[in-house]
Amino acid sequence: MSDTLATSVPTYPFGNAGLEPLLPDLGPDGVGRVQLPTGQQAWLFTRHEHLRELLRSPDFSSDFTRPGFPLIRPMPEDMPRRPDGSLIRMDPPEHTKFRRMLTPEFMIKHIRTLEPLIRQTVVDALDELRAAGQPADLVEHFALPVPSMVICHLLGVPYADHDYFQERSRILLAWSSPPEQVRDAIEEMREYLTRLIAVRRGEPGEDMISRLAAERVATGEMTEEELVGLSVLLLIAGHETTSNMIGLSALVLLEHPEQLRQLRERPELIDDTVEELLRYLTIVRTGLTRVATADTAVGGHPIAAGEGVIALLSAANRDAAVFPDGDAFDLHRGSHQHMAFGFGIHQCIGQPLARAELRIALSEMITRLPGLALAVTPDQVRYRDAVVFGVQRLPVTW
Amino acid sequence: MSGRLRVAVDRDACCGSGNCVRTAPEVFDQDEELGLVVLRQPEPPESEYDAVREAAYNCPAAAIDLTEP
Repeated sequence: MSDTLATSVPTYPFGNAGLEPLLPDLGPDGVGRVQLPTGQQAWLFTRHEHLRELLRSPDFSSDFTRPGFPLIRPMPEDMPRRPDGSLIRMDPPEHTKFRRMLTPEFMIKHIRTLEPLIRQTVVDALDELRAAGQPADLVEHFALPVPSMVICHLLGVPYADHDYFQERSRILLAWSSPPEQVRDAIEEMREYLTRLIAVRRGEPGEDMISRLAAERVATGEMTEEELVGLSVLLLIAGHETTSNMIGLSALVLLEHPEQLRQLRERPELIDDTVEELLRYLTIVRTGLTRVATADTAVGGHPIAAGEGVIALLSAANRDAAVFPDGDAFDLHRGSHQHMAFGFGIHQCIGQPLARAELRIALSEMITRLPGLALAVTPDQVRYRDAVVFGVQRLPVTW
Repeated sequence: MSGRLRVAVDRDACCGSGNCVRTAPEVFDQDEELGLVVLRQPEPPESEYDAVREAAYNCPAAAIDLTEP
């Protein structure tokens, strides 16, 4: 068995079959080659220490238009190759310039002022869930609308349009979507936000898109195209990640009733619980892709300029060297070193928002629904086969 | 060994993740305009040492430099 694995190159990505991330045997160093659906091969790194080194290294680029960049899904031939405004695909110094325009918006002290709004959104959604009757889908009535409404408020996107952008966002992230459909979904999101930005430029509101349009586009620091790209990224990232985390977190807590009981008894455990859920679930299961821009090395493994690498966050977050018995969910662990938000200069800019939403949503959920229970058996839970890991539906009673 | 733990920050390297502010709010802050790290205490009291070391270890951009006592 191990002979076969040693001589064959595993196909990447590994799929989302359940709560346990799938990982081929890469040997004691946790480094190996993988075959991508685009025909390319890349280095796969899975150790916590290696990811720290790799993701902080200036020898790797996030720009997918660079030769050799590891693409984990096929792209249509006529895909517009412009990462305009898409922060996660930029390198310094351009990345630095854009990131700094956004950082104040997501700072802890700014997010703190949003907490009453987040709490009200959570409470209203829970009321609607109860009104829907039992059993109800926790994803449809709670996990999806809460972060969606919050990011809409923050960006100035009308929540009434949620069907339009949620559907396209789902297409964009599903592995099963043909490349042409992905391209169309991106284009439609861009068109939608282009129209919205035009409206906000005429009638500015108290929102991020209005602010960026007035303070950055009007001054020439950012093009309108770039603001469109940035808005698409924030709209998708702002609701897909947190909504998947809320759904999965509810499942994990219900599957660990003793720890859930402890959390209900001691609400102050919520911060540690959120960190452990982030570590344990690591919903960006496909990891982070980079291309080497110089001959370099990670953990002593030489990597040539132009070679692609994948930093597998989900594996690093279960690395026994940092998280003993890492496959176990333990809210007392104090998981302060996890990389669920990535690492390096691209680490999630929205993490204060995500943490606030998770803390408030999960606290209110377990308090207001003391009898919360799964309405299906755990083996009936269907997971999303998507770039971001999550549950499709979570039928619950209370 | 005598002396105290000394903290230095590199605002050019900072990516404004806010990790340090969450971990050691008595020592680190972010400015309003750019959201970059602001050092509140270059020589924090010993009660802050653990939090400061954790903040430095977890800084995604390696923008916190410590001189151990």
